[in-house]
Parts: sequence; C-alpha cells; structure tokens
Amino acid sequence: MLEVRGLNAWYGESHILHGVDFDVREGEVVTLLGRNGAGKTTTMKSLMGLVPRREGHIRFQGQETIGLRPDLIARAGIAICPEERGIFASLNVTENLMLPRQVAPGGLDLATIYTLFPNLKERASSQGTKLSGGEQQMLAIARILRTGARLLLLDEPTEGLAPVIVQQIGRTIREIKARGFTVLLVEQNFHFAATVADRHYVMEHGRVVDMIPNAELASSMDKLHEYLGV
Amino acid sequence: MMMIFGYPAPLMFGQLLLGLINGAFYALLSLGLAVIFGMLNIVNFAHGALFMLGAFVAWGMLYYLGINYWWALLLAPIVVGAFGVVLEKLLISRLYKLDHVYGLLLTFGLALIIEGLARNEFGSSGMPYAIPRQLQGAVNLGFMFLPIYRGWVVVAAAVMCLATWLVIEKTSLGATLRAATENAPLVQAFGVNVPRMITLTYAGGAALAAFAGVLAAPIYSVNPNMGANFIIVVFAVVVIGGMGSILGSVVTGFGLGVIEGMTKVFYPQGSATVIFVVMVIVLLARPAGLFGKSA
Ligand SMILES: Nc1ncnc2c1ncn2[C@@H]1O[C@H](COP(=O)(O)OP(=O)(O)OP(=O)(O)O)[C@@H](O)[C@H]1O
Ligand SMILES: [Mg+2]
Repeated sequence: MLEVRGLNAWYGESHILHGVDFDVREGEVVTLLGRNGAGKTTTMKSLMGLVPRREGHIRFQGQETIGLRPDLIARAGIAICPEERGIFASLNVTENLMLPRQVAPGGLDLATIYTLFPNLKERASSQGTKLSGGEQQMLAIARILRTGARLLLLDEPTEGLAPVIVQQIGRTIREIKARGFTVLLVEQNFHFAATVADRHYVMEHGRVVDMIPNAELASSMDKLHEYLGV
Repeated sequence: MMMIFGYPAPLMFGQLLLGLINGAFYALLSLGLAVIFGMLNIVNFAHGALFMLGAFVAWGMLYYLGINYWWALLLAPIVVGAFGVVLEKLLISRLYKLDHVYGLLLTFGLALIIEGLARNEFGSSGMPYAIPRQLQGAVNLGFMFLPIYRGWVVVAAAVMCLATWLVIEKTSLGATLRAATENAPLVQAFGVNVPRMITLTYAGGAALAAFAGVLAAPIYSVNPNMGANFIIVVFAVVVIGGMGSILGSVVTGFGLGVIEGMTKVFYPQGSATVIFVVMVIVLLARPAGLFGKSA
C-alpha cells in the first residue's frame, strides 16, 4: 500500500532524513520506533507533504506522491493525526470533527464515532482546546476516521496520557484495524506498541535501521533497549 | 428647541448620524482588512484603493453602460473581487515566504499606482453620482430629518457586516477559514486547497471594500482620493479593535464613528484627532486591541 524508498528531507539547511526505506501493507498496523530526534515525525510529515524539501520515492497505492501538495495527498487517501494534536482553538468540537474533507466513501459515520468516543458527543459545542488532553487526542484521531482515508498516520497518540486513556486508544487502534484501515504509528512506548502492531521499524539518525515483526519483539528486547536507550 | 447637555438636539442627532455613516464605512473596510490579515498575514494597504475602485466601477457602469445603482451594488464587488484574484495570484502570493514588511510595501505601492492611474484619467476634482430614485428625499423622525439614503447606508453596512460575521462564525466554510488562520498547513493536510482559499479570501476582502465604495459613491464625490482619506482612520480602527478580530473591527468601526461625530459637537477642534487619541489610550492599556487575543 505504501512504499517509501530513499526518502530524504530537509528543514531549511538541516538535512534530517538520509534515505528512509520501509513498506506498509494494506490492513497492517506498523510502528516507527526510535529515540527523540531520530526523524519519526519528520517521516510522517514528509508522507503528508508537510516538509518543504523532500526527495526520493513515496508510492501510495501505486501513485508517486513525493511532489504532491498536502491537500492532494489527503485526497489520495492519507490522513494525519499530528504529534501536537492540532486541535483548533477557534473551532468547537463538532467543527474540529467536521473539518477534514471527506476524500472517499468508507469513513466512519458520526454515530459510530460517537460510540467509539462518547466524550466527544457530550462536549460537542465546547471549544476544541478546552477539552482535556485525552479528549483532545480522541478528537484528533476521531476526525480523521470520518474522511474515508485508508492510511492513517498517528504520531505518538499516547504521549503524556493517563493509563486508562492509553488503553482506550489501544482499543481504538485495534478497532480501526479490524475495520480494514491501515495504520502507521509513531511510538516511544514499545510496550504499548506491542499490543497493537504487526511490525516495527526502528529509526536512528534519519534512517530506518531495523525491522522487527511483532512476534519477535520479546526475543529482541536487548537489541531494542540498545536502539531506544531505555 | 430641545437641548441635550446644552447643545441643540438636531445638531446632536445630525452628528450622531454622520458618525454612524462614517462608522459604517470604517466597519466595512476594517472588516475586510481583518479577514485578509487573518488569512494572509499581510496588512492590505491597497484597501482604500479597492474601495475607491468600487466607487469608480459603479460610476463607470452608470455613465458608460447605463447600469443602475442596484446592479452596481452587486456587480462592482464582483469586478473588484476578480481584480483582487489577479493581484493575489500575480503579485501578493509571491511574498508569503518573506517578511510581512514586503507585503506591506507591495500593497502600499499598488495603492499608489491604482490611485495615480485614476487621478491621471479622471483628475482629482471628483464626479457626482446621483442617489438612486428610490432612496431620495428625507423622512421627518420628529426630532430630526433623516435623509433616506444615509439611513440606507447605515442599515446596508450593518447587514453586510452581520452577514460576513455569520458566514465566518456559523458556517463550515467559516470554520475552515478560522482553522486556516490558526494553522494553514494542517488544514491543507486535511484536504483543503488552502492556496485557492487564500486567493478567494483576498477577493472577498476586496469585494467588501468595493461594496463600501458603491455605498459611498452618492455621499462623497467619486474621486481618486476617497479611499486614501478613509484608510488612515480605518487602520487606527483595526489597531484599536485588535488585528484580525472580526467582531472587533465591526464594533470598533461603528463605535469610533459615533465617538468622532460626538466630538464634533462637544469639541470640534478635536474631531480629527480623537480616534488617534483613543488608539494611544487603548494601545497603552491593551496592546492587543480591545478584541484582540494577546499573542
Ligand atoms: N521545524 C524544524 N526545523 C528544524 N529542525 C527540525 C524541525 N523539526 C524537527 N527538527 C529536527 O529534526 C530532527 C528530527 O526531528 P523529529 O521531530 O522528526 O524527531 P522525532 O523522531 O519525531 O523525535 P520525538 O520522539 O522527540 O518526537 C531533530 O533533530 C529536530 O531537532
Ligand atoms: Mg516526533
């Protein structure tokens, strides 16, 4: 479904990604693991067209998207839940939820979204940024489920959240995988990652340095501790 | 004669009405400036020129094509809006990656060029534009005579401001605009063609200015300086209301028009400066403006 080859990316003069390679197959949940500053967010943003200068190949469902504008990449069927969540302060919860454009049929309808995230229904007319951190994260995930995009980019959705919320996000990810969505997930917490993912890519200094199938995660703990420095 | 605070009532009401009329133009113009500033992050110094252009297009439509006031009220904003599309696509859009100062310089230069061309073509004495037949005359309100056209200007401007506010605050198009003002790249990543939206926003602001220009044509003579006369005060209004605040620009526009009118009654020497005095006071007390969110 997604094929990334030799991806390079720059912020101004600083060269951040140095030839990133990986694949995501239809229906998989795949993670990008790595230390702070390894280039995980930059990879996600590059997939979405949000990094100004990028080179290499990003093929999504056979289409080369490396040079496309972000809105056209969105319309091709990729949606992002950014690391900083990107909830709009001047929009209420419903407006935040309805903001992303529908790009294809097959997105979740509002009723299903409210079943998955009952809090959002209760707070429909609250200002987006008045929600708790966990609710904002739910909102950031929920709004891209509506669009019909088949590949969802989730950048550290569990960061800084209480354990019960992390569990709820875990359930949500398994639920959307069951519904046939494909997920690329950035995680620092590989214990959490292990509960949802099929495969893990490890990034270091702007490159993918290893791939670990989830089944081999337990036997790769030593290696992983070294990669992640934990 | 009825007196208020020792001043003749008709004088008071007359100045109040004049203040409201000026306020109507301040509100319409600063509203457009606020929308453009929010989205493009440039202070559109060409706004007064677009206002003037609206009046000229209405005048030209009447004298060359026989298109009446009512059609001009609809068509002149469309023509000037289309001109805005050209300006944004051809020139302004090249500056977004540069410092704001360049946008300011460019639009200031555009204003000088547009006004200069108009002066070359039509001189600066100004041309009359007749009040449409339906709005001629005055009604006696008991305490004063209200020229119908002036009442119409206040109502039309208020309705247009309200409509713009409703679109921005209550529709999904408005929600997209507000979101793009906060974080344009993310909105674009959600599938919105943001560059096109920016172009149309500039066009919308230009159309609002032109609408004000058509309203102004029968009141002031249609002349190349009519925008420049207004725009300095309008910038003060925008600063007082809070850069980019929609509600702020409308309330402040009408409010300052009235304050200016009342100053003409109580202290005529101060009427030209009162708005700037208010601006200084507001900036000292609330640097982000009355309705602005402090950055
Ligand atoms: N906007 C930017 N401008 C310049 N450099 C940046 C920018 N964003 C990130 N960087 C740099 O790029 C490198 C990779 O950052 P990135 O955010 O992709 O890392 P990450 O793997 O997501 O880290 P984290 O786990 O902390 O989120 C870092 O060295 C960072 O300092
Ligand atoms: Mg990151």
